[in-house]
Amino acid sequence: MSGPSFLDRFRKGLERTRDILNADVMDLARGQRPLEPKDLDAVEEALIAADLGMPAVQEAMDVLRRRSGQIWTEGPEAMRAVLKEEIRKSLAAAPEARSFATRPWVVFVVGVNGVGKTTTIAKLAQTWKAEGRTTLLCAADTFRAAAAEQLEIWARRTGSPFHRGAEGADPSAVLTDGLRAARSRGYDAVLVDTAGRLHTKGNLMNELAKMARVAGREVPGAPHETLLVLDATVGSNGLVQGREFARAAGVTGLVLAKLDGTAKGGVAVAVVRELGVPIRYVGVGEALGDLLPFDAEAFAEGLLG
Amino acid sequence: MFDSLSDKLQAVFRTLRGHGSLTESDVDAALREIRLALLEADVHFKVVKQFLERVRSRATGQEVLKSLTPAQAVIRVVRDEMVELLGGTDAKRLETSARLPSVVLMTGLQGSGKTTSTAKLGRWLVKGGHHPLLVSTDVNRPAAREQLRTLGEKSALKVHHPARLDEPRAILRSALEEARAVGHEFVLVDTAGRLHVDDELMAELQDLKTLAQPSEVLYVADAMTGQDAVRSAEEFQKRVGITGIVLTKLDGDARGGAALSAATVTGAPVKFAGVGEKVEEFEPFQAERMVGRILGLGDVLGLIEKVEETVDREQAEEMARRIRRSELTLEDYRQQLAQVRKMGSLEAVLGMIPGMGQAARHVDTEAGEREMKREVAIIDSMTPLERREPSVMNGSRRKRVARGSGTSVEDVNRLLRKFMQARKLMKQFGGGGKLMKRLAGRMPQMR
Repeated sequence: MSGPSFLDRFRKGLERTRDILNADVMDLARGQRPLEPKDLDAVEEALIAADLGMPAVQEAMDVLRRRSGQIWTEGPEAMRAVLKEEIRKSLAAAPEARSFATRPWVVFVVGVNGVGKTTTIAKLAQTWKAEGRTTLLCAADTFRAAAAEQLEIWARRTGSPFHRGAEGADPSAVLTDGLRAARSRGYDAVLVDTAGRLHTKGNLMNELAKMARVAGREVPGAPHETLLVLDATVGSNGLVQGREFARAAGVTGLVLAKLDGTAKGGVAVAVVRELGVPIRYVGVGEALGDLLPFDAEAFAEGLLG
Repeated sequence: MFDSLSDKLQAVFRTLRGHGSLTESDVDAALREIRLALLEADVHFKVVKQFLERVRSRATGQEVLKSLTPAQAVIRVVRDEMVELLGGTDAKRLETSARLPSVVLMTGLQGSGKTTSTAKLGRWLVKGGHHPLLVSTDVNRPAAREQLRTLGEKSALKVHHPARLDEPRAILRSALEEARAVGHEFVLVDTAGRLHVDDELMAELQDLKTLAQPSEVLYVADAMTGQDAVRSAEEFQKRVGITGIVLTKLDGDARGGAALSAATVTGAPVKFAGVGEKVEEFEPFQAERMVGRILGLGDVLGLIEKVEETVDREQAEEMARRIRRSELTLEDYRQQLAQVRKMGSLEAVLGMIPGMGQAARHVDTEAGEREMKREVAIIDSMTPLERREPSVMNGSRRKRVARGSGTSVEDVNRLLRKFMQARKLMKQFGGGGKLMKRLAGRMPQMR
């Protein structure tokens, strides 16, 4: 890939978040005065504004208060370092995932409506193609009007094989056929596009569990990964989404979509802390190349500059 | 999960009992709780600040300080202020223009639910006796126009789909011509979204606006959005000018603080709400309900309305008479089941009860619904005599009914047992006896 470096693009994605944190918090540095309680309020607001979620914010504030002695004497730089360390610690706790250990490597892409599942799949297919892998795009979203058409267009653009069923067909049936096709043709991977569903709909969440069972029957160990796509602009509800999807579908990784400069993405920190699964990818723009592997170091750096 | 705000406020004020009247520092403590509740509900922190200022000036007024139930008084102030910010209690409607057709531009970020909302608004207009024409000018997202067309077909809505045109303004012009020629009163325009506010999109929307002279520019906002809700709504307001907000995905469990944020920074009222996946699940926005939700007070109002909507008053009175005379039959029981089912899914109904939103997801509501369906089937397989007097149900009758309803004898037995118990209970109710009073004493205090 040409253009700006990986780290630059990451930083750009988190620009907005960093701006908020910097403007409100780090300006204190310039005054060269001891910190006051109201400065801590400003930090709290900045963290809230980054959508870190109230529990995580309160925990971070506790840490800051506990170490306030050090921060008081060493100033805002110390505060920034403490926060960065906290965030990095939260993000690094999750285990590494391995990919493509078997063939076909089956990946479910799940999430609530409108988070960017289909686009994420297109980007993943593009990335894997560049690595020399053939990925079948399986349109198991048989609910939303024209969802399969949308995926088909992406399959054409990325030069990937494509499988679909009729609109309104049973997604598990479509999935079965897709997996059989992938197996017999020896594809490297299958990306399964599932219908967007609110995590509050019990029957739809059960459907997801059923699809996972069906996949396991066709391909041993499938789904090998279940990626939950989170909208980077989502608020505290992102945490609830993570919890519920993990319960129903066994989420193994997160994709933080739409992290393109205005969004904060702080909720991802809260979700990783809660679920203990890693963020795998970050979507930083609308183009096919705008999907980056996640890097905790870079994320914490980008968040707090 | 979250304790509801009212519980927290009760706790704040409970510690004050005996002090006599409230002081300003008591109010401060209450405001801190409100602040946290609002932040937890994803209301933008600047909006929270602004809002609390408004509340404080009223909450330190005499009506609260002297109130015997300060927690309730504070909540009332909060509620009133919030309702006003969200657009007040007036019935929401679409503005129309003097010259037909009235154009409604649907705008918003990617994935907020523009296309679905466009179809839903279309259905809502049709239900009101109008004939809207729908058109998508989203030439960006793959298959976006296809999606609107398919949605329209499924919901018997007219969708203008000039496949050969691929420029937003040309598509809109063609739709306006079509609408004038056919005489559609409304044209609903689904526009392209973006990941975030960018110049290209804003220019396109401005062009469409100039061309269409819309009577409404609706900003479609995802109820689950966090702090970013303010920024994008503000941008759309500044650069395109919006007249109202459509709040989507309210069927989830997001507290929906985004609604308050967006309404506050744009000054535009929230006009409609998307409350489900079906095209019909769309309604004029009700500020009071949203306030209950943001504050974690439940949607008691919605529940009451739903009950009133579905329960036939005369039928209910007749049933009450029979219960009093202990004449409850399986026919009545069946009617009750049907009414519960008419109110919507158990899940949705439970979700409206304060404190039950969380519980609703842990109760197996689908099993409950299957059970209700099974019971209706069993009763439907009975003769009128059996329904009136279930005591005649001997073994062979039970077998016949089980076969007829596709259930098992155990299922039939279970229903009959349940019914007999219910009838016994009703007798005690009907006697106006102690049981009724005991139950009433246990009901949570309702305001």
